[in-house]
Amino acid sequence: MTELSGWGRYPRHDSTVMEMRRGADIATASALSGAIARGAGRAYGDAAIGESVTFDMRRLDRLLGFDEATGLLTAEAGVLLADIIATFLPRGFFPLVVPGTKFVSVGGMIAANVHGKNHHRDGGFGDHVVSLKLALPSGDVLHCSDESNTELFNATIGGMGLTGTILEASFRMQRIETGWVVQRNQAAPNLAAALDLLSRADQCTYSVAWIDCLAQGRDLGRSLIFTAEHASLKDIEADVGRTPFPVRRKSALSVPLPSPVNLVNRHAVGLLNRTYFKRGQALAGRAILNDCDSYFFPLDGIGNWNLLYGRRGFLQHQAVLPSATAAPALEEMLDVFSKRATPSFLAVLKRLGPTRGTLSFPMEGVTLALDLPVTPEVFGLLDEIDRIVVKAGGRLYLAKDARQKRDTFERGYDRLDAFRALRATMGTTGKLQSRQSLRLGL
Amino acid sequence: MSENRRSVLIVGGSSDIGRAIARRYAQEGWDIVLTARDPGALAADAADLQVRSGSAPQTMFLDLLDTQSFPTFLQSLKGLPDTAICVAGQLGEHTAMETDLAAAQANLRTNFEGPALLLLLLADGFAKRGSGTLIGISSVAGDRGRASNYIYGSSKAGFSQFLSGLRARLRRKGVHVATVKPGFVRTAMTSGMKLPPLLTAEPHEVADAVFARGQNGGASVIYVRRIWQLIMFIIRALPEPLFVRLGL
Repeated sequence: MTELSGWGRYPRHDSTVMEMRRGADIATASALSGAIARGAGRAYGDAAIGESVTFDMRRLDRLLGFDEATGLLTAEAGVLLADIIATFLPRGFFPLVVPGTKFVSVGGMIAANVHGKNHHRDGGFGDHVVSLKLALPSGDVLHCSDESNTELFNATIGGMGLTGTILEASFRMQRIETGWVVQRNQAAPNLAAALDLLSRADQCTYSVAWIDCLAQGRDLGRSLIFTAEHASLKDIEADVGRTPFPVRRKSALSVPLPSPVNLVNRHAVGLLNRTYFKRGQALAGRAILNDCDSYFFPLDGIGNWNLLYGRRGFLQHQAVLPSATAAPALEEMLDVFSKRATPSFLAVLKRLGPTRGTLSFPMEGVTLALDLPVTPEVFGLLDEIDRIVVKAGGRLYLAKDARQKRDTFERGYDRLDAFRALRATMGTTGKLQSRQSLRLGL
Repeated sequence: MSENRRSVLIVGGSSDIGRAIARRYAQEGWDIVLTARDPGALAADAADLQVRSGSAPQTMFLDLLDTQSFPTFLQSLKGLPDTAICVAGQLGEHTAMETDLAAAQANLRTNFEGPALLLLLLADGFAKRGSGTLIGISSVAGDRGRASNYIYGSSKAGFSQFLSGLRARLRRKGVHVATVKPGFVRTAMTSGMKLPPLLTAEPHEVADAVFARGQNGGASVIYVRRIWQLIMFIIRALPEPLFVRLGL
């Protein structure tokens, strides 16, 4: 038995870890009950902790095929996005969707149908998956695509590993001319301005807002909006000495051990937020060249940043709200957070669009994500926030969730019945079971 | 093999360490030859190396226990490789091997006899050519005989001594011989064991050490995590009466 937790280090559960080395290994293990696959362990809560058994997929890390003409890559489920980028960025290819960290696995990206800063235009990672191989508890391995086992394919994208264990997948990548992005910053003095700038940024490929969750009153919701486009060779040619593909740096900073106390407190964050907003305001309007790593994965520069929150760990709360109700609901949520919580420095506001997947998180609307240290009070506070989310017709992201109530979940995911029915048909109910699926009755 | 590209023969290519080493050499633009008892199991690894490096590795059948087959095997290679790395090895169930002589014999032969004889043949070719690198993956377990693994340990001790002598023989012939002692590595071999994190390397660390220190750095004896050099220095220095009593 090994004690496992997600990236937030809360909650922790014991589970028997079984290392998978070849696709065939899973067939012998699939008869077990209460098992779930785990990739890089970057889900924040309890999604990748098996009720009794956890399949460690990280050794299934082979790239199986690549078609230069179409950009179609076939990879085993345990391949890390970081590995894909290191291998293909210098060759002029980049995934169509990347989340906020590159230390995630292919299987994990599909299971959570992760979204990036271009979701409003390009959908989630799952929208670019062409086919996948799925191992069922029966021992069968099914090929799923738009042509075969389509219902299962749709439920597996965003299905949190509960419809079968993803062994490998084929997905499209895009051609890029350089490894740089042209980034533009804008400052929004309040929530209304931020939402307005974000919706006007819909024409940009990438857009995301940093939001100051401690700002109150007339500053409530003040934000910096970062938009970006992949830089062409022409964009960088003025810059003498800049190579088309940035040289990879090894991250020098790393948090060595869990901090004995939570270092993310109200005073530190308040000061940081004010400084950051002022600096962003001063830089607004100018176009700057940024490397892909710094734009897409800012936090990856600090190894094990999750340890900053101390032994008790932290929670990430990420909700999506439909466009029609987003503005008043966000105002209500921010009011609670700014007055009563200690949200982290990194809080993010972003527009989402429609996506594929029976249980996928994104919907047309706005998402707010922020981190909170685990304290005795935080759970009650988040229940209050969840009531606002549910009332507005929104829902929470399962890859981040460690604590939502079953009722919040059931009211947020409108195609849950279809998902449960499919689980029963495929014989995965009870067989594939994470701590999260147990908690939510999935 | 194409002009100007260097080639490496990796014996035991389906192990976690073998896979990691192959990936590292492929990254550096080398041509790869992998051997395994079941070359069919190497298909996915071969695909992986091809996607990463653009050239397909050659996969070949080789059984280290079938020493008679070695000359034919070497003749079947497309030329002598620039570097040969022997990764193959078997930990074995120690307690079972203490009474199961056939199992103990297979262990000794897999870890010592097979690798040594194969390297002898390769050494001849390398010496005649006057260049090349021979790398043996041995073990810290060969540095001292312990009650819990002395069969495996003695096979690795034999292999380490063999490599040491081979190094001395070939040093004036332009051939470099490196002995790699990985310490604990998180592999299939150690799966399920509780290993101390600071003393346990990932397979890619072994690959990095092999390439950077054995191939290019010209080091003779390589402890992958350097702390192991100190640990084994102390363990070797203990007087025998004390060592046996400690039950390490």
